[in-house]
Amino acid sequence: MTLASMKRKYEPRTVKLGPDGKPIATSAMIASLSAEGYDTVSAPFGHALLELARKDEKIVGLTADLAKYTDLHIFAQAMPHRFYQMGMAEQLLMSAAAGLTREGFNPFATTYAVFASRRAYDFIAMAIAEENLPVKIVCALPGLTTGYGPSHQATEDLAIFRGLPNMTIIDPCDANDITGMVPQIAAHPGPVYSRLLRGKVPSVLTRHKPDYKFQLGKAQTIRDGKDVLIISSGFMTMRALDAAEKLAVDGVDAAVLHVPTIKPLDVDTILAEARKGGRLIVTAENHSVVGGLGEAVATVLLTNGVTPEFRMIGLPDEFLEAGALPTLHEMYGISVDRVAKQIRNWL
Amino acid sequence: MPAVRIGAASNVSLEMRAWNIRRKALLMGEVQGQGYIGQALGIADVLAAAYFHALEYRPEDPEWEGRDRFLLSIGHYAIALYAVLMEAGILPEEEYETYGMDDSRMPMSGMASYTPGMEITGGSLGQGLGIAVGMALGLKRKGNPAFVYNLMSDGELGEGSTWEAVMSGVQWKLNNLICLVDFNNQQADGKPTEALAQGDERQKWEAFGWHAQRVDGNDLEAVVTALNVARETDHDGPRVIIFDTKMCKGVDFLENREITHFVRVEPDEWAKALAVLEKGKPQ
Repeated sequence: MTLASMKRKYEPRTVKLGPDGKPIATSAMIASLSAEGYDTVSAPFGHALLELARKDEKIVGLTADLAKYTDLHIFAQAMPHRFYQMGMAEQLLMSAAAGLTREGFNPFATTYAVFASRRAYDFIAMAIAEENLPVKIVCALPGLTTGYGPSHQATEDLAIFRGLPNMTIIDPCDANDITGMVPQIAAHPGPVYSRLLRGKVPSVLTRHKPDYKFQLGKAQTIRDGKDVLIISSGFMTMRALDAAEKLAVDGVDAAVLHVPTIKPLDVDTILAEARKGGRLIVTAENHSVVGGLGEAVATVLLTNGVTPEFRMIGLPDEFLEAGALPTLHEMYGISVDRVAKQIRNWL
Repeated sequence: MPAVRIGAASNVSLEMRAWNIRRKALLMGEVQGQGYIGQALGIADVLAAAYFHALEYRPEDPEWEGRDRFLLSIGHYAIALYAVLMEAGILPEEEYETYGMDDSRMPMSGMASYTPGMEITGGSLGQGLGIAVGMALGLKRKGNPAFVYNLMSDGELGEGSTWEAVMSGVQWKLNNLICLVDFNNQQADGKPTEALAQGDERQKWEAFGWHAQRVDGNDLEAVVTALNVARETDHDGPRVIIFDTKMCKGVDFLENREITHFVRVEPDEWAKALAVLEKGKPQ
């Protein structure tokens, strides 16, 4: 756990009050991500999977005791005969999903991101990825989306799976991405790891770009700008877009390139945007700065001789604290205010 | 200084201890407006018997080398453990108001680095029993006669890692290892008995070579007896007690609610629950 907590273990505490004079409560583990002024869609993954399953009889769903908390219950309730409750056994979940693909089915396996990436990794590596089997692994609580502490905060899942050959990796921003990706990853002939936002999921991208549609493997410019290029994934694209609006008030013109597919990376689009020149490039991700989008983009730029001013926004290489999500997002620099402030300081 | 069992030196009854634990857990739940209160109310009797009858420890020195180790594999039961740590004097009682708050020593999922008396960081389920095996091996290697208790859930019976540890405990004849299983038959998506915990759980553990008991975890006398037997048996290996518990025990209107893994309590119901509990206060 965090070294700071350890040092203070024997110091008694008193209640700390927030700016409104009230104590700050921890967000529930299963809470939806705060919508922050956006419209929301309820359980987009569950509904998209159910719709697809009605057309494709090979789709089956599996979970390790987390149907309710990955929105797979929508599918499970409508199609109980195509749903497998595997129990609290994540390694089995992955092995069994591999077995189902061997018999011709198209399984979607859900759990929390920590359990897939940490506990079940070897099973995903050998039973699924090494054989290039098309298991779709969809996982809730990515990065810092719960205040429950390191046991549930998957801050290094992208780093883990980026190192795994054959793996396609998705970090969706919003309900548009999630609804759009389900049929596309179902059609993908290899294994996929996707992060998932569950519950009431904000609809962000179409507000900023009305014709936005998720395209597997493609990065898309959501907003143009001449001073800064923010390259982001996951809900950090929402933060980047909101920060860009704040920066615009100060006369800073920020572009946002949304990269929902982390692997394979859309190298052509990233290079084309980066080569436009004259812009500070900032990556923004809900993940450790080790091994995620930032390092992936840096590698692409450097190995192609593109060397702009470059900064990274992401979670520190630490086990994170427990607490209320807004507090933690502020503390670790991924709130809208902190994103805008960091960029302003770098210009 | 000889090891002291707090309960033996106290005139506070175990019924009262259990009641106090339930009350403190409800007070913490009220602070946050949420929490795994169903589990806390259900396991209160087992924790009372463990901390005020079975375990040896020194409240003023939670890391005392001679203490019995109590591992909370189920991190989400932290609310219950904080309640008993306060009752035992390991945590100051007034700190309940910080439960789950920013900068609290009592985060909603239990972690060793935050809280005196919290031996391990639980929450990634299926890890506690393996750690307990290692600690039991370590104690034996040091010639330390303390016991290691691991409190786990029925849901954790589904994790393969649990059964690796079950086999290991037998291999190393860990007669200093006592596993406590809270069998409330409720995991996140439903009943463990409809998932992986099918069949006779006591017979399973026995077949692996454990000394196994299964008792009503809300019957204090039965819990105390089972803990005595687990400590005192001459069985040359590890011991398990499977406790059948009732979620929300002690607060009737919550007991009668449709029980789920995460029992929802409306904002005005915390005070009501405390009032119901007050009526059942032991004399």
